[in-house]
Amino acid sequence: MNRTRASGRTVGGLRTLSLQAPAVTLLLLWMIVPLAMTVWFSFQRYNLLMPGMTGFAGLENYEYLVTDPALWSAMGTTLLLVGWVLVITVVGGTLLAVLFQQDFMGRGIARVLAISPFFVMPTVSALVWKNMMMHPANGVLAWLSSSLGLPVVDWFSSLPLTSIIIIVSWQWLPFALLILLTAMQSLDEDQVEAARMDGAGPVAVFFYITLPHLKRAISVVIMIEMIFLLTIFAEIFVTTSGGPGLATTNLAYLIYIRALLDFDVGTASAGGVIAIILANIVAIFLVRMVAKNLDS
Amino acid sequence: MAILGWGVALIIFFPILWMIVTGFKTEAEAIADPSLIFTPTLESYVEVQSRADYSKFAWNSVVVSFGSTLLALLIAIPSAYAMAFLPTKRTRGTLLWMLSTKMLPSVGVLVPIYLLFRDFGLLDTRTGLTIVYTLMNLPIVVWMLYTFFKDLPRDILEAGRMDGAGTLQEIWYLLLPLTLPGIASTGLLSVILSWNEAFWSLNLTTSQAAPLTAYIASFSSPEGLFWAKLSAASTMAIAPILIFGWLTQKQMVRGLTFGAVK
Repeated sequence: MNRTRASGRTVGGLRTLSLQAPAVTLLLLWMIVPLAMTVWFSFQRYNLLMPGMTGFAGLENYEYLVTDPALWSAMGTTLLLVGWVLVITVVGGTLLAVLFQQDFMGRGIARVLAISPFFVMPTVSALVWKNMMMHPANGVLAWLSSSLGLPVVDWFSSLPLTSIIIIVSWQWLPFALLILLTAMQSLDEDQVEAARMDGAGPVAVFFYITLPHLKRAISVVIMIEMIFLLTIFAEIFVTTSGGPGLATTNLAYLIYIRALLDFDVGTASAGGVIAIILANIVAIFLVRMVAKNLDS
Repeated sequence: MAILGWGVALIIFFPILWMIVTGFKTEAEAIADPSLIFTPTLESYVEVQSRADYSKFAWNSVVVSFGSTLLALLIAIPSAYAMAFLPTKRTRGTLLWMLSTKMLPSVGVLVPIYLLFRDFGLLDTRTGLTIVYTLMNLPIVVWMLYTFFKDLPRDILEAGRMDGAGTLQEIWYLLLPLTLPGIASTGLLSVILSWNEAFWSLNLTTSQAAPLTAYIASFSSPEGLFWAKLSAASTMAIAPILIFGWLTQKQMVRGLTFGAVK
């Protein structure tokens, strides 16, 4: 960085400060105020339906949350959802990136079609899948399986979480593809050529050259997806409302239920604190990676 | 290879294609056995368009996503300018800190934002949603602008400074025209993200300020289920963003990964 410029001109420092002030101040407020309030509420007795019941609660909200089986079920659902979607999108995305890197007729258009689901708003994709793809009577999947003589699956009642995983994977597979395709473009073609000359088959090239080259991009995909997938909400809200039972209630949806349906601000905030901690564990690694990139 | 590539692409695209096709069917055809043979009709489009509420929600989407993008650009441009051209020892830290604010999960701060909005009368207002979207996208906008500004040769701006241009003139007459394509794609990315945002729109709006994401969700109740109309409404809701997305895919990677993947 240009240090002489910075230290050599005090006026410049002030100018920098005033130019950055609006963005920094707003983001600081946006971060600190709600964060502090969440932590504060999480230690308070605060239910909007019971105005009389207030005061310091200590760890009561956390205790209530931790002893509630719903939390653990929601944690399990969150992990299953994040885990499966990650596996599907990363493996699928890598294979697709290799495929769409090949030269073929109309590759550009095929690529554009394949990344499209990422630009569809989540409420639309959830409804399209629910009503037109997975509907047990009139859905395309039901029609397909019955034409093939297979039993028809009632997706949302018999496989609720699987259905959500399919929808979310469909939305995020294009994201992985987009990032990995971009990373592919910096792959050294000469190196691949040299390996081919030395008799390496396509599988060997994939495992010894392509995959190591994509390592960094794959880890970025995993971290960014994790941050978004930990708080998947709209897809569940639109399709199953967390049910049947708690089958598709993840942490985000549980907090929503506690906060805006039960009006239990205290417990919801304790849940919020847990969500923030989880996201931060992932974020630390991501920020480190980006920081490394900033130096080079 | 071409067959495999196209096959995979079409399978992935199929649900979108099917939705677009269904929008041109009648309600009876829409729930009949899947078929690609039918007489296309604009019936559903006409009906959705003629409903006053659809245009209201569409307008909410437009106002909120373009409004928040404009605000974010206004706030971010001076900041990104300072970071790119007047870096100090703190610049690197500030950039990374901005990135970290983006990692704060919305659901973690749902309760306080909801209560603050209630107390300030911002629930179900376009102003409220615009504020949230501006702040939500600000880190991404600053980062993208920063990377575009950094690519600009310093000499050009220095020359302007020699000629006696002040900071604002420098930004207005030199920086903005020179980096217009970068600013435009940053703006488009911000519009895309705001347009498709669903968590805050579902939780902070009900009827007055609801954008299309929330409006479409209202179709999920079984009584209101009209597939052809749902498809037509959805197609109109995603069409502009799909096109924006196709145009900005490359910048999208830059913005969403904060430049960590090139």
